[in-house]
Order: sequence, then structure tokens, then C-alpha cells
Amino acid sequence: MWGEVAVTALKLLVVAVGMLTAVPVMVWVERRGAAFIQDRIGPNRVGPLGLFQPIIDAVKLFFKEDVTPAAVNRGLYFLAPMIAIGVALVTWIVIPFGAGHDVTLFGVPLDGVMVAPDLNVGVLYLLALSSLGVYGIVLAGWSSNNKYSLLGGLRSSAQLISYELSMTVAVLGVLMATGSLHLGDVVSYQQQHVWNAVPQFVGFVVFITAAFAETNRLPFDLAEAETELVAGYHVEYSSMKFAAFFMSEYINMVTASALIVTLFFGGWSLPGVNLTGWPGLLVSVAVFVAKVSFFLWLFVWVRWSLPRFRYDQLMTLGWKGLLPLATLNLIWVAVAMTMGWL
Amino acid sequence: MELIVFYATAAIALVSALVAVSHRNPIVNVLALVVTFFCVAVCYALLGASFLAAAQILVYAGAILVLFLFVVMLLNAPEEQAAGEPRPVQGVAGFALTAVAAIGGVLLLAAVPSAEPASPPDGHVVALGRLLVGPYLFAFELISVLLLAALVGALVLVKRKH
Repeated sequence: MWGEVAVTALKLLVVAVGMLTAVPVMVWVERRGAAFIQDRIGPNRVGPLGLFQPIIDAVKLFFKEDVTPAAVNRGLYFLAPMIAIGVALVTWIVIPFGAGHDVTLFGVPLDGVMVAPDLNVGVLYLLALSSLGVYGIVLAGWSSNNKYSLLGGLRSSAQLISYELSMTVAVLGVLMATGSLHLGDVVSYQQQHVWNAVPQFVGFVVFITAAFAETNRLPFDLAEAETELVAGYHVEYSSMKFAAFFMSEYINMVTASALIVTLFFGGWSLPGVNLTGWPGLLVSVAVFVAKVSFFLWLFVWVRWSLPRFRYDQLMTLGWKGLLPLATLNLIWVAVAMTMGWL
Repeated sequence: MELIVFYATAAIALVSALVAVSHRNPIVNVLALVVTFFCVAVCYALLGASFLAAAQILVYAGAILVLFLFVVMLLNAPEEQAAGEPRPVQGVAGFALTAVAAIGGVLLLAAVPSAEPASPPDGHVVALGRLLVGPYLFAFELISVLLLAALVGALVLVKRKH
């Protein structure tokens, strides 16, 4: 009993610390990466290679004046950043970070090192919670009582509804092949067969495109489009309330990368590597982190390489491009499974 | 422990359902409905129906109510105004209806024997899927046709105004 509680608490601690550490690191990577892509130097004054810059930024945000405009809807204005960061923080409990079928801590098996190993609807839980994140953005946009904010919030909700459908259909292909909603099973299926990105490449392309839209990243960051909407839904937010939105965006990015890796790139597994016990666990966690890091870099890479879509282009791509492609992928998986190819 | 969680979520669900129908601000109505659906999902999870709980949040709270919120915000629906001074008969009628509903609920609870939740079979998503495309296929398809009819009906109603 107490062993289980201790292990769960420890896992939660690792997950929370991991996510909150990923944010400043990603901010640094983003700024240095942007500078690299644009042939600049980027922040290099604070600490070696400018590594301490995010810490200074955080201190600045903490001590900034927290302005609440007079005409906002107070309750919802305060609630919106809480929803955004809260939803972002609770999604990670169903993601398996490593092997560990044969490792125990305080007599409790560390199966998959996920916080909630018994939840057998892992994928659905993750999709359900990430779809709630839009409430933070929409409410921020509406409660700020500012037309730019409202436009950002409206765009965000329309975008989410359009892309969530394609995303879910793309995930369906993976779930059909696996025959389980548990993310641990998805990983072990890929370990025994082949990474899902190979037979379901179309599904992978649809999923990653929808993931960019769901995380509000360029080329789909229509919700905050600086050049037309000032800063979109968070125009009226300052200090730590703004930081909450900022952090939730980066945490969502890490979650999306982890989901891409788990669903399509074999999760923590690496072909040819079959270590057991603690070394196996540590290696698998390292493999997982490496894969996630690659996709995080991809997010940065794409952001500073592609221009923003126009709003109607975004909708056309979502409904006329991605949805048919995702459906095709689903049909292909069904046919392949019936013929016994998968 | 489960009982405490159940009573807490049930209480929140009831209060938020009341807010959903009584608050003047349409945005608050929609949000209260989100909270209600969330609490219902928690109740499903307490009964061991984790798939139903996740589907409830994914479909209702995550998609349909986002659409509601989108429409309410797009049309910028104003706060509801009272139609006039409430008449005494309204209060009496409301009280009587509430009493009837309460007595009916109590009678219903007394009539139905308390049942333990059926323990879901292992991999109950598979079991649910088999039921939906097996014995209940006709009802399942019928519901989708009904939704389609409602959709077409809404379109026809909108078209007529122009």
C-alpha cells in the first residue's frame, strides 16, 4: 500500500519536474535555434551559450506588474490561464517513458514507468484532456473584452474542432493495428512488429500536421498571429498569467512530441536493443528522451522555416486535405489487416 | 472513499446543472454545462466504465460544447433580461413542479432495487464494440440517421429565412 503510494508520488514528481524543466530548456532551444536559422547569434550573454537566459526571463516575469484591465470579466479572466496550464500538466500520466517490466521499486513493478499504468483507455484520456485545453484560450479571448483577443479565441476554437477530427482518425489507424487503447500496448506492438510510421506513413503525416495545429504553433498559430492580432488571445495578460499561457504552449509541444513518438516511432523501444533490468530501463528512458527531443527540434525548425497560413487556407487544408487523407489511411489499415499484411 | 468522491461530484454536478439553466450570461451557462458533463464522466469512471468516461469528455466537453461556445461568442449573445416582474403564480407553479419531481424521484428510488454496478469484462472496449455492431446494430444506425435528419432539418429551417 505505502509502497504504491510512494512510487506513484515519485513518478508524479519526476513527470512534473521533467515537464517544468523542459519549458526553459525549450525556450532556450527556440531562441538559439531561431537565431541559428536566421544567421544571428541569439541570446549569449547570460551564462555559457546564454543557457541561463530562461532563468532570468522567469525572474523578470515573476516581478513584472500584474495588470488586470478594468473591463474584463474578472472570474473568467483569472480562470483561463489556470485551465490552460492545468490541462497541460495532467496529460502526461498515461505516457510510458521506458521499459521496466522486470524492475521493481519498494516491491512495486515499474511497468512502463507511467503514472497510471492501470488506465486502459490511455489514448482516449490524453485526447480528451488535450481537447479541453482550448477552453483556456477561448475564455482568455472572450473574457479580455478586446476584439483582437476575441478573434484569436474564435480562430482557436474553429481550428481545434477542424483538426481534432483528422487527428483522431489518424490515431484510430494505430489503435486498430494494435487492438488496444493502452499506450503501453501500442509500444510493445511496435516492438514486436515494425514502427507504425512505416506502414501508416500517411497517418503519421496527418497526425503531425494536426499536432502543429493543436499546439497553436507556426505555420498554424492563427490564434496569436502577431502581425494581425497583436498577440491574439493573451493580449491583455501580463506577468505570471501570461507566463502560464506561454508555459502551457511549450508543455503541449512536449506532450505532442511524446505522443508522436509513442504512437508512430516505437516509444521507448529501439530495434535490436533488448536490455533487461535497471540498465534496460535507463537506456529505454534515454531513447525516449532522444526521440522526443528530435521532434521538439522539428517543432522549432518548422516554426522558423515556414510562413503562417491564411485562415481560409487553414480550414481548406483541414477539411479537404487532412480528413480525406486520414480516412484513406484508416481504410488502408483495415484492408491490410483483413489481408493479413499487418 | 469512492462514496465521498461520488457525493462530492454529484453535488457539483447538480449545482452546475442549476447554474447552466439559470444564469443570465450564456457563456457561463455553457461553462457550467462543461462542469456538469465532467462530473458525469467522473461518475462513469467510479462505476468502472473508463471508456465511457473518456468518450464523454472527448465528445461532449471537448468537441460539442466548444462548438456551443464558439457559436455563443460569434453571435455575441447578450445577457438574458428578465421578461418582467415575476408573477406569484409562477412561484407557486415552480414550487409545485419541484415537489412533484422530488416525490417522483423518491418513489422511483424506492421502487427500483439498488443494484451493484456490473463489473466490466476485461478489455470492455472490445465488448462494447461487439454489442454496438452486433445486437444493437439497428438502434445504433437508427440514431445516426436521426442525427442526420436533425442536421438536415436545421439547415432547412435556416434556409427558409433567407
